[in-house]
Amino acid sequence: MRFLKSISKIPPTALLGMVVVFAYIFVAAFAHWVAPYGQFQIVGDQYSGWSDKFLLGTDNLGRDMFSRIVYGARNTVGVALLITFLSFSVGCTFGIVAAIRGGWVDAVLSWAVDILMSIPQLIFAMLLLTILGTSLPVLITVVALLDSTRVFRLARSVARNLVVLDFVEAVQLRGEGFWWIARHELLPNMVAPLTAEFGIRFCFVFLFIAALSFLGIGVQPPTADWGSMIRDNATLITFGDITPVIPGLAIACLTIAVNFIVDWILGKTGGSRV
Amino acid sequence: MNETKLSRGEGLGGALRLHPLLRMVLRRLGTGLMTLFVVSLIIFFGVSLLPGDFAQAMLGQGATPAAVASLRQHLGLNLPPSIRYVHWLGGMLQGDFGYSLAGTRISSILGERLFNTLFLAAYAAVISVPLAVLLGIIAALYRNSIVDRLINVVTLGAISFPEFFVAYILVLFFSVRLTLFPSLSQVSLGMPIWDRLYVCLLPALALTLVTMAHMMRMTRATIMDLLSTSYIETARLKGIAPWRIIVQHALPNALAPIINAIVINIAYMIVGVVLVEVVFVYPGLGQLLVDSVSKRDLPLVQAASMIFAAVFILLNLLADVLSIVTNPRLLHPR
Repeated sequence: MRFLKSISKIPPTALLGMVVVFAYIFVAAFAHWVAPYGQFQIVGDQYSGWSDKFLLGTDNLGRDMFSRIVYGARNTVGVALLITFLSFSVGCTFGIVAAIRGGWVDAVLSWAVDILMSIPQLIFAMLLLTILGTSLPVLITVVALLDSTRVFRLARSVARNLVVLDFVEAVQLRGEGFWWIARHELLPNMVAPLTAEFGIRFCFVFLFIAALSFLGIGVQPPTADWGSMIRDNATLITFGDITPVIPGLAIACLTIAVNFIVDWILGKTGGSRV
Repeated sequence: MNETKLSRGEGLGGALRLHPLLRMVLRRLGTGLMTLFVVSLIIFFGVSLLPGDFAQAMLGQGATPAAVASLRQHLGLNLPPSIRYVHWLGGMLQGDFGYSLAGTRISSILGERLFNTLFLAAYAAVISVPLAVLLGIIAALYRNSIVDRLINVVTLGAISFPEFFVAYILVLFFSVRLTLFPSLSQVSLGMPIWDRLYVCLLPALALTLVTMAHMMRMTRATIMDLLSTSYIETARLKGIAPWRIIVQHALPNALAPIINAIVINIAYMIVGVVLVEVVFVYPGLGQLLVDSVSKRDLPLVQAASMIFAAVFILLNLLADVLSIVTNPRLLHPR
């Protein structure tokens, strides 16, 4: 009963967002059951139309589009989630270190982050991926590090407001170490803004990975990925076929859903974003 | 460098007590130039760390060692990296970007490409800025009405769509289904301006759609903040029409954040243009960067990323300076 009551308080947009996110998680987790064919499997002619056999037709190499979109949920969303987690661990750690230590540690870290943030992210990522190559571990590290600068900013500013409070000062005087303060005093008080930021960063990383894949330097073939699928099948668009934009639609639906949830969390905690 | 600028600025402020504004602007310019310098270091030395020989790559595997050695000599590759950096930076400041992998002078390609990109960004800005400010004002004026909610949902959608998705949807509808506009934006130097505008309309629209949301939300939020202040209430009680309140009383105070949002979005446009250029095969700087990344043409990648970074940093600098100049309150930071 209590559960139902708390659900009825959630605005319909946020509920819709949650339903969509769960649907994506389900499809990603059970991709091998949902998809009728494998993601690398060549099953028919190139570019055949929609039919009973191939729900959304086949792609430029004769692989089943629908199956690849389903596997794309696992690959694209998986990579984006992994990057967001990594970016959060790095960004939060350094942000909290900067806030607790203060002084020159804070100054150096903030200066480095300011410099990194002043280079346009897409251009920087393209430069780094050209230099370091486009393997998946490199891609994940590069994007996570670039994105962690923004997490650093938020974590630092939230933590700085907490560090000056009496209960943190008391703990510091008691002689607790850095990790203890971060885990027991700061992080529990940072959950709400960080959760909302996680949603925002996830959307950003997700769109960013899709953009890099679209440009051919993100997730590499033959792995099914929504960004590169649009690029590979783009010629079909000039014939008026909407199939190639379906992966784009899949990206858009997930980001909108996450944004709905983020708006609700921000509204609840009194924060707002522009 | 930051320190010297700072003290010089203070010295200036001491001599002419009138110009705290100038001091802030100078300090901001100093940090901007400093950032640009560090970015150029990152771009140059990042690429220099790569293994491999550029002269060998330029001539191909079949080249004789003597030819490679003489090309190395000619390009100055035997010099230590720090000297090459100074040459590279000095050359760039004079408009000389060196040679690309194919052996052509980079500066001969860059000019036209940069012009095309700036043209597209300017075109998109001319459409999106007035539209965003107007819609933002409307949303603030009729807040929580159907119009406001509609604008809110549509802009949220626009942020959530990938740029290339928006671009392809436009192609699908306007060029394939309705056959109104070409799906490829091919431009050349001697093209009449009307043809150019016609051909570039779809990419400009795509850019407009993805950048409008942020400017519009910023306008709405700032105006709504101001509408709850007491001087606006006084104006309202005096019986001034809502539109006049906004245009004459609220807008001047809202200028700083709005201008800031606009310039930052124009900076974003010039960078975000990469994806849109690729979709429309538009011969801009972004397309050039993507091509040279896939060919691993490092000097060209260096030059293009340096230009993108410089434009981005300079526009952000401009945004900060403008918001300092338009907001007297920022002159006295606590």
